[in-house]
Amino acid sequence: MQISAAVADGGHHKPAPRPNLARRKVAGRALVAIASLGGLFVLLVQILHTTGTIRAGFTDWRPILYAYLLWSIALGVGQVMIRGERGLRALFLLPAVLFTIAVVIFPTLFGFYIASLDWNLSSLEGPHFNGLDNLIALFNDTYYWNALGNMLFYTLAVLAEYAIAFGLALLLNTDIRARKFFRVVFLLPLMLSPVAVSWMIGKSLMEYRFGPAATLARSLGWDNPAFFAHPWIARGSIDAMDAWVSIPFIMIILLAGLQALPKEVLEAAKVDGANGWQSFWHVTFPIMLPVSITVLIIRIIFKLKLADIVINVTAGGPGGATDTVSSFIYRVYRDRSNVGYGTGLAIFYLLLIIVFLSVLLRLTSRRMQKVA
Amino acid sequence: MSTLTSASATVRKRRGSRRAKHIVGRMLIYGALLFWAFVCLFPIYWTVSTSFKSAVDVTQGHLIPWLDFQPDWKGWRSIGLSPDSILRTSNPRDEFMSRFENSVITSVGASLLALVLGSLAAYGLSRFRYKFAWMRNDDILFFFMSQLILPPVVLALPFLVLYKALALLDTRFGLILLYTLTVLPIVIWIMRDQFNSIPIELDEAAFVDGLSVWGAFLRIILPLAVPGMAAAFILSLVLCWNEYFFAALLTSTDAKTLPVMVASQTGSQGINWWSMAALSTAAIAPLVLVGIFLERYIVSGLTTGAGK
Repeated sequence: MQISAAVADGGHHKPAPRPNLARRKVAGRALVAIASLGGLFVLLVQILHTTGTIRAGFTDWRPILYAYLLWSIALGVGQVMIRGERGLRALFLLPAVLFTIAVVIFPTLFGFYIASLDWNLSSLEGPHFNGLDNLIALFNDTYYWNALGNMLFYTLAVLAEYAIAFGLALLLNTDIRARKFFRVVFLLPLMLSPVAVSWMIGKSLMEYRFGPAATLARSLGWDNPAFFAHPWIARGSIDAMDAWVSIPFIMIILLAGLQALPKEVLEAAKVDGANGWQSFWHVTFPIMLPVSITVLIIRIIFKLKLADIVINVTAGGPGGATDTVSSFIYRVYRDRSNVGYGTGLAIFYLLLIIVFLSVLLRLTSRRMQKVA
Repeated sequence: MSTLTSASATVRKRRGSRRAKHIVGRMLIYGALLFWAFVCLFPIYWTVSTSFKSAVDVTQGHLIPWLDFQPDWKGWRSIGLSPDSILRTSNPRDEFMSRFENSVITSVGASLLALVLGSLAAYGLSRFRYKFAWMRNDDILFFFMSQLILPPVVLALPFLVLYKALALLDTRFGLILLYTLTVLPIVIWIMRDQFNSIPIELDEAAFVDGLSVWGAFLRIILPLAVPGMAAAFILSLVLCWNEYFFAALLTSTDAKTLPVMVASQTGSQGINWWSMAALSTAAIAPLVLVGIFLERYIVSGLTTGAGK
């Protein structure tokens, strides 16, 4: 744990007397060492207990969690004792870092391990190692590739969401009455849980027999308004629901960008005789490009997690046409209890996302808004 | 003379046509605004009104209360929340209330925990320069933000196995830990922006007055950061309240949250429209209220860093 901070405050703390300082440093190091040894000891006992080597141990692994917590506290106290002022500063960052390591880094690494197992929770035999078998099975799994193909469609649909959101942001940015009312109303869908939206829109508004959307479609001349029967229509319907929930998010950020737009530039364009359309394409849009790219990337990141609506409305149907990767893996676990294979699919997806986003960020980083 | 009048006539005509254009433009703008307001509100209206309908009114697509159909507490009675059934014991209501309680505790707990961890880290990142192995401040911030790209499905199955071993499966505490993790990057992002906007001279003045780093943070800076904290807290609350994926996989009986309950009802055969509508209404009502009354904070939370 090498956290140090540059002195930026002009040395306002009084240096402690030398011998005292040295003694405190030693005590701090000893505390961290003892805590680490204690934690490792508890861990070792529990591992040996689980493998059946020794009798002593705990019924579950919960004490390991407490041990980690105690070790974290000891580490924090130790930092302050060893480094003094700089330790106090490290203390700001330490809780979040230790928390993230415990709940993200460790489980993700553990996920890599599970992904290499043949482990079905419903079968009697426990997990056993099968190397790259899950990966090979993955390449032959047409449903998984189908789901990945669907993700491509859902990701591209972000552009349509963006176009609508931009239009709405422009509308809200004009000089209108009751702007506050419209802004609140336009924001409301973002508040609703995707699960409730699945029922409100997917299962009731778009209900085939007497949902209002179906009735409207019939009166417009579509004889057979089945929103979830034909693959392309089903995909479109699912995406329409997701768009309904998330367009407000894009809209709000674009609106903030529009409001920060320098007024002089638009006025200059007007003086030069540009009409509304021209001044949008030649002035507003280029200035908004950094905000646009930032919000598009954030939106794509969230789109890649799409699952709730698919799980609750179509469960991936018809024939996997609406499946997202997340909803497919959810069913691999729910219907087949296949933890090993499911985790393998998820980890592979994560690697794909990382590669995809790295390329995307590399391509757009120059045009993106300065984030950090 | 005549040329002059004709010229002023054309000017007037041009002005008239410009005004007509202006009015048409206004009408188009308001038409589009009203259309989208309808798109946003109709599903909500449909759900709320359906909770007061009987079967016939649903199948015939009646829309306007008192004119089309006679509103009735039917849906609300079926979950024990209508005026005449609220005082009697009701199993559906007990179930609903326990799910509601779980949702409140997990989302508030996770938001608070994320706020504490995130504010501390954000303050540190905004004021001090850290070096952790090869990582500088920007790298540490990127490390936190990169958690956002992790799809829930990657963590869900390892967590299932881990929580089973830790005896945290189907507990509120387990959900709180996970939800904290999902909102932590957002809290750090908002709070760092907030702390950056507070001048560092205030810290220095506090040091001169003899306060320690933590004293300056707790007594001087934190009270000034309340708007950012409110935005971060409310945004986290919304995200946690609506979370479904982890809750569906990691809870079964005790710690089930509202979205899981709503989802499990839609799955069953022969759903009662009115009771589903009442349930959905009750599940979304708190957030609709948050959206209406705390819109300012949500917008300021979402737009952190935009337009600068």
